[in-house]
Amino acid sequence: MMSVSQQIWIIAIVVLATMATRFLPFLIFPPGRPTPKYIQYLGKVLPAATIGLLVIYSLKNINLMSGAHGIPELISVAVVAGLHVWKKNMFLSIAVGTILYMVLIRL
Amino acid sequence: MNKQATVFAAFRAAFPITVPILAGFMFLGIAYGVFMNLSGFGAGWAFFMSLLIFAGSMEFVAVSLLLGAFNPLGALLLTLMVNARHLFYGLSMLEKYKGTGWKKPYLIFGMCDESFSLNQSATIPREVDRGWFMFFVTLLNHVYWVAGATIGGLLGSFVHFDLEGLEFVMTALFVVIFIEQWMKEKVHDSAMIGIGVSVVCLIVFGADRFIIPAMLVILAILTLARKKLERETIAAEKGEPL
Repeated sequence: MMSVSQQIWIIAIVVLATMATRFLPFLIFPPGRPTPKYIQYLGKVLPAATIGLLVIYSLKNINLMSGAHGIPELISVAVVAGLHVWKKNMFLSIAVGTILYMVLIRL
Repeated sequence: MNKQATVFAAFRAAFPITVPILAGFMFLGIAYGVFMNLSGFGAGWAFFMSLLIFAGSMEFVAVSLLLGAFNPLGALLLTLMVNARHLFYGLSMLEKYKGTGWKKPYLIFGMCDESFSLNQSATIPREVDRGWFMFFVTLLNHVYWVAGATIGGLLGSFVHFDLEGLEFVMTALFVVIFIEQWMKEKVHDSAMIGIGVSVVCLIVFGADRFIIPAMLVILAILTLARKKLERETIAAEKGEPL
């Protein structure tokens, strides 16, 4: 078991490493200097791909081979997406999808 | 508008879009605080860790780091790996966070998955101050998370609500933002690359290791397809057929 000061060290390292991943792009490309064309291009196309990555990241722990085989997740994601295309109401899509998911995993 | 009115208007515009996060972070935060408590760390630890780290999944990982052997280098590398996706958030927000003055360091400090996706995708009304709007989105998310974690830490093992599945609110949020982005954009290549590459990497590398390979492949494809994508985007903006 670590001592309290060692635990504080570990937390400090986690904080600093997390901040490094958040601050690095801003430090490398400060607003005062022109940002390279390639980075400007990435800044434009990356958001769409990154949100896609985030969708999959939030679903990464579903197991298609066992349990419910990811069926509650797939149905709920499809309902959220369909409802949002149809009604374009963020609250409605999120609330209906989440309640549906909570019901499905209890069946 | 005087300063107070500007600030208040931004708060009123920002609060509604953070309500789904309020639900999700209260639930996940309480779960985190309870988990900390059961692991032998009281509410004070939960408070400071949620305040300073403010990266949900990493905080759960940090608990296991605290319970293991003292390994600073391991902690450093694991944190960089788990949080590498923030590099993409930063590159995506270079323009949006420009000109926000003293709020900028805080906006970057608080750029968790949810703050990033809301600030990146929000259509901010023209009369609302962008900097204050993004500041409140980030601050409110931060407050929800810290409050949840602290409450969980205080309640400890006394909580027994069956709220299993409420964490899906986060997935639902990301799906909604993905759809909004999709409907706003005329060129969908990048969105499809993001989903496709992530799924393939998840299958190949597994849940714990897929993020970095997925980021590298996404970067490689976007780089190789630059000419084509730039041409398509310009054509789409002019309304020409592709």
